[in-house]
Amino acid sequence: MSDQDVSEVTVTVNGTEIEAQPGEMLIAAADRAGVHIPRFCYHERMSPVGMCRMCLVDVDTGRGPMLQPSCMVPVSEGMVVDTESEDTKRAQEGILEFLLVNHPLDCPVCDKGGECPLQDQTLAYGPGESRFVEEKRHYEKPIPISDLVHLDRERCILCDRCTRFADEIAGDPLIHFTERGNSTQVLTFPDEPFSSYFSGNTVQICPVGALTAAPYRFKARPWDLEENESTCTTCSMGCRIAIQSSRNELVRYLGVDVESVNHGWLCDKGRFNFEAVNSDERLTSPYVRDPDNQRQLIGTDWGSALASSAEAIRRAGPQGVGIIGGSRLTNEDAYAWSKFARSVIGTDNIDAQLGDGLPAELVLGLPPATIADACEADTVLVIGPDLKEELAILHLRLRGAATKGRTQVVQIGAAATGSEPYAQRSIRCQSGEAAKTLSELLSSDDPLAKQLRDGSVVTVLGRSSVAESADPAVAAASVIRAELPHATFLPALRRGNVRGALDMGLAPGFLPGRTRIDNPSAMITQKWTHIPKEQGLGTTEMLQAAVAGQIETLILLGADPLSDFPDRNLAAEAIQKAKAVIAIDNFVTSSVAQADIVLPATAYGEQSGTTTNIEGRISRVTQKITPPGSTRDDWMIATELAWRLGGDLELSSKEDIWREIEQVAPSHAGVTLERVLSHETFEGILVQQSSIDLTLLAPRDTPVADGYGLRLISGRKLWDAATTTAHSPSLRHLAESPSIKVHSNDLQRLGISSGTEVRVISTRATENLTVVADDKVQRGTAVLPFNQPGGSANRFIDATAVINDIRIETL
Amino acid sequence: MTFFTDENLVIAEEIIGRYPKPRSAMIPLLHLAQEQEGWVTDEAMTQIGELVGTTSAEVLGTCSFYEMFKRHPVGKYVINICTTMSCALMGAGDLMQHAESRLGVKSGSTTADGLFTLEGAECQAACTEAPCLQVNYRHQYRVTADQFDELLEELVSPDHGVPDHGVLSQIRQHIPEDRSVGAVPPEEVTIAPVWLSEDGETQ
Amino acid sequence: MSEMTGTPIVHAPGFIANETPRIVTARFDYEDSYTLERYEATDGYQALRKALDQNPEEVHNEVRDATLLGRGGAGFPAGVKWGFCPPGVWPRYLVVNGDESEPGTYKDRLLMELDPHQLIEGCLIACYAVGLSQCFLYIRGEMAVAQERVAQALNDAYEAGYVGKNILGSDFSVDIVLHWGAGAYVVGEETALIESLEGNRGMPRLKPPYFPASIGLYGQPTIVNNVETLANLPWIVQHGAAAFTAIGTESSPGTRMVAVSGHVKRPGVYEIVNGTTTFRDLLYGNDMCGGIRDDNQLKAFVPGGGSAPWFTPDQLDLPFEASQIGPQGSMLGSGAIMVMDETTDIPAAALTLTKFYAHESCGKCVPCREGGTWLEQILRRVVTGRGTPRDLELLIEVGETICPGDFPHAAVPSKGIEAVPFPYRMTTICFVGPSAFAPIHSALTLFREEFEAKVAGNENKTMIEVAVDV
Repeated sequence: MSDQDVSEVTVTVNGTEIEAQPGEMLIAAADRAGVHIPRFCYHERMSPVGMCRMCLVDVDTGRGPMLQPSCMVPVSEGMVVDTESEDTKRAQEGILEFLLVNHPLDCPVCDKGGECPLQDQTLAYGPGESRFVEEKRHYEKPIPISDLVHLDRERCILCDRCTRFADEIAGDPLIHFTERGNSTQVLTFPDEPFSSYFSGNTVQICPVGALTAAPYRFKARPWDLEENESTCTTCSMGCRIAIQSSRNELVRYLGVDVESVNHGWLCDKGRFNFEAVNSDERLTSPYVRDPDNQRQLIGTDWGSALASSAEAIRRAGPQGVGIIGGSRLTNEDAYAWSKFARSVIGTDNIDAQLGDGLPAELVLGLPPATIADACEADTVLVIGPDLKEELAILHLRLRGAATKGRTQVVQIGAAATGSEPYAQRSIRCQSGEAAKTLSELLSSDDPLAKQLRDGSVVTVLGRSSVAESADPAVAAASVIRAELPHATFLPALRRGNVRGALDMGLAPGFLPGRTRIDNPSAMITQKWTHIPKEQGLGTTEMLQAAVAGQIETLILLGADPLSDFPDRNLAAEAIQKAKAVIAIDNFVTSSVAQADIVLPATAYGEQSGTTTNIEGRISRVTQKITPPGSTRDDWMIATELAWRLGGDLELSSKEDIWREIEQVAPSHAGVTLERVLSHETFEGILVQQSSIDLTLLAPRDTPVADGYGLRLISGRKLWDAATTTAHSPSLRHLAESPSIKVHSNDLQRLGISSGTEVRVISTRATENLTVVADDKVQRGTAVLPFNQPGGSANRFIDATAVINDIRIETL
Repeated sequence: MTFFTDENLVIAEEIIGRYPKPRSAMIPLLHLAQEQEGWVTDEAMTQIGELVGTTSAEVLGTCSFYEMFKRHPVGKYVINICTTMSCALMGAGDLMQHAESRLGVKSGSTTADGLFTLEGAECQAACTEAPCLQVNYRHQYRVTADQFDELLEELVSPDHGVPDHGVLSQIRQHIPEDRSVGAVPPEEVTIAPVWLSEDGETQ
Repeated sequence: MSEMTGTPIVHAPGFIANETPRIVTARFDYEDSYTLERYEATDGYQALRKALDQNPEEVHNEVRDATLLGRGGAGFPAGVKWGFCPPGVWPRYLVVNGDESEPGTYKDRLLMELDPHQLIEGCLIACYAVGLSQCFLYIRGEMAVAQERVAQALNDAYEAGYVGKNILGSDFSVDIVLHWGAGAYVVGEETALIESLEGNRGMPRLKPPYFPASIGLYGQPTIVNNVETLANLPWIVQHGAAAFTAIGTESSPGTRMVAVSGHVKRPGVYEIVNGTTTFRDLLYGNDMCGGIRDDNQLKAFVPGGGSAPWFTPDQLDLPFEASQIGPQGSMLGSGAIMVMDETTDIPAAALTLTKFYAHESCGKCVPCREGGTWLEQILRRVVTGRGTPRDLELLIEVGETICPGDFPHAAVPSKGIEAVPFPYRMTTICFVGPSAFAPIHSALTLFREEFEAKVAGNENKTMIEVAVDV
């Protein structure tokens, strides 16, 4: 029988016939049929290693029953399997007795106790008692293998899950088996910690308590935990997670395996930043600027704070108000603010992006792709930020697809990225010139041109550098639209619910449902009392208008322009000049500290609703704990302000809001509340429909470098001064202090040695920084990360320029 | 960070070049490192990782699997007394006892003068010549207590011919450039070797 | 033998020239047997020339017809194994398994030290016949002299045009790369050998695929052959398959090298006729071992390397023929016989082997990693007088988790014990785990009374009491 004749094979498991896929491992087929075979080393997202031998079952392929490890045996037609035979049971008892030979049985003090596969399977399949009376192996009790993970080698059963994950999934083989035989142990190299962005996953997949996470150690017992399924909004990937609390405090997030998005994995930032929600530094009541001392904020009550806010909005008039931010919000909260701005204030000056993203029409109008599309595409073309730093799980998914040979990753950019090790090609270009490089490639006889033209292409498009404007990205999109019409797009936007915010109209000129302001849906005109005619201002323009005195009241909707807007000078001047700054936030950020009125909002885990990831996939976020103090949901704040301004949003609950979204947003028609509340949101409801007619404006050209300066490239790092990271005690010290990286030849040319402090000069600022030689940096450029604690690139950037050049000088 | 001497770095590069994938040179390079230093230092593992394109942790994983790689200083002469069956049947136990008392150290340790490290070893493929031992992986056959004492005396005298620990083969393989076929990454080979395809083996 | 000309006979330690055909040890009589000069003077590299005059398929057929059984332990016919390379998948590699480390085994080292060119010529013939484009000669780490001899031989062979580009002016080109191990018995397992050659920890790979011929080094088709196997090739090509099969039996033709160690009068390495030579011939024959030392009684012997179940005098008349040994409960393995006379402390002897395999476990499979060490710990207690009668049962029960079902053993007619045929079943990937149990099982089955004597008097002690060494 040839392979193509077989679409399915029939296997008998415990007397019942089941259908299985050819080539599928027996353990996976049994899982799908609801027959659980105990296991430790097997993990459905990693290649089988057959180490623990726990999954031995009796397999008969015509030559009589034989004990076979079901994680290693592919199903075959007519196979007869008995997972409950006497031989199987004896093997299971024997293996468990072996595993416990050296296991310390310190379950009462082990974090894993109560949710431990070794404990559970010993109860279910174990021998009852051990006959081992000799001395057990001894190792130093938990040793930190990174800032976040501790390793107890006595508990370890050497299943190869963590080490396999580090090598196969994360691509960070920094933990490894060492020694041999009975002395085998997992270890790092001396002084080279397991500093992977994905280290927390090893804790989650450890089948014993060998790996524990510093933020969770001794925090709770599994039986004390309450759990909700939710979606991570740390970045815009929308990873499925379980959020767990104990006594009304978030204590742990776990990755949940969904096929469409994260495959169960989380980055450490998303996994551990729950600490920020619990932070004592949270804003829990409103504040206003002290009339007697303009330098400080004083506590106030909601009534006065809202009244002052309403007054500031009224005083400024519709065109004098600007609303910046909203990516932190759920879709429902974003909708309420979108409606509040247009329908009640009467302004279209609203932008969820902070001048560091993509034009909304690109996000909403380019032909969409899913993550799965990317992982199955012949080529994934990355023109954008370092995905490992900004969309870490997208990096993981693409890495997985690329290393399995399912897709080829090609990136064009000015700086080295974390994708390079698995990319088919990493093409270096000058900052701002990706479009030109791509055009040249496509018109060359490079086989890659043919690969791109003839095969399926998913483009991951974003801003390669915060020090360049969106123009180069628009230019790249134009080239791709013209030359590769079959290509689809995933926007590489990073802020939590930025996609949902844009969908809800938190962008000048756009209304909920991916429609333009000049083309409102019939329903929206019924539900909204007013829709501005004129397109409003984006973040950069709002800040400029504030500087020019045209915008009087700035509302920062979970936004911190002083840290996140590319151009700190402009942001600072705008905040300074604005007559009133109203900040709605969880923490006193740099910008909030400058605000006149501070309204405390509920945080992640304290509110429910929906969120939308970069694909346009809607999934639920759920409330797990009671919000602290008098914090309020963002939509309630909008509602309250509307009342005080004499309007009425006519929204009374999140459910209520969703029903209205479904009615007024054409793209979301049919995504009913019932669907949203159903199990469908486990994988997420993909909403890709868009009525945006995309007309790409001709972008500004990138100026030629002057030969004296270095072109500044600035991207974000996973560990930076982000608010939630900075307020998570376990994470806040992980961000590196800033240094500017330059190619050694450039340094030599300038007569500067690596590691010295230099003067960095741009049109915006002159400041001293440490310069480090790094030959991965393209010559003629300088790389300075954005928003690192102690010195961000935003001081040097002019947001109105297409690119930014700097000069460095010896002190 | 550099560990290898310039001379050994040249040898290292030559060794790496013999394999279709650089990582295959890991064990040969660990031997080279041990030859240079007498044991395998952390610096050596780090540089080997750089040379073959792996993390230091992976080098450690491989290095620590194999018994010959010592990750701490050992004696100039490592004396391995075989303790497996054939030698045990022929008196390896007594020989070990004698060696321990003669050297004044327990198996697994090094004499205070740093000259000798005594180890119990597993089968050395000289079973018909039991009991046997190795000095720096060079065999001594049918060793009696007296012969053991003589051996120690020989090792402290000049011209005994046993190189210091770390040096295995004193002859290196050398592939002359004009004779070398050269290693090719497997993914770059898609057709049958020329002497086969002429004979028409089916593709 | 004395009729041979040349330098005086100086055998290597261990080698004993006996009165049988000499296929692979023919040059051992020369003091300079390892030099290119001696090799060329004694028909060396003539087989290669002959092979190059034929097409590869013909050479492969010759080897297949010779039924050359692998000499590494498993005894699989080399010519058949070569045929497992999937057609059309290139490149293919040859990996020479010179990692000889099975307890009792001593022959490959002799072949490498005393006749390295014969091995090199064998490698070249294999590469030519199967289209293997690069050869890796993996020598055990703890064999400095073999490494030196092979390195010198390779350097000379390259210079002389036997190895490398356009060998002997033909279009046949192959590099032979000398590679050393670093001390790990398990690397002798062919998939672990490949892992090691890729720079990894030498841990056996999952099966299937059962043969690296389909997926081996770098995922490519790879032939892994033992040193002795390859050393036979020049003779087979030179003299033809028919001459080879005329020696020995049809199913086990040719000769094989066997090391006899332990309590015999003349322990040594013998080249014996396959298939027909019996253990009695070997142990008692005057041109071979000449009997048990001090004319003691033979108590037991390990017939095929440390991992083989043991035989007693009852099995002395069995020949070196796999098809006869298996049903009698053991295997021929790597040609290594370890002899125990009547004075032997059997439990202590078993411990030397169990300790070996426990120590050499790679640590991958739980039954081997945990069970092997546990077995050693229990047995050590028994041997040192701290065991209880319960421990004797425990030894078997622990072993049964490594090898479920009846474990093979020899018959003991006097005790009414019938043989359980080879092979065993196992819960591990490779044979290292079962090998830790094999000596215990054999010793306990054949000599239970010796174990009972060791634990006598401890009947009433609790396990805790015996575990704590007081």
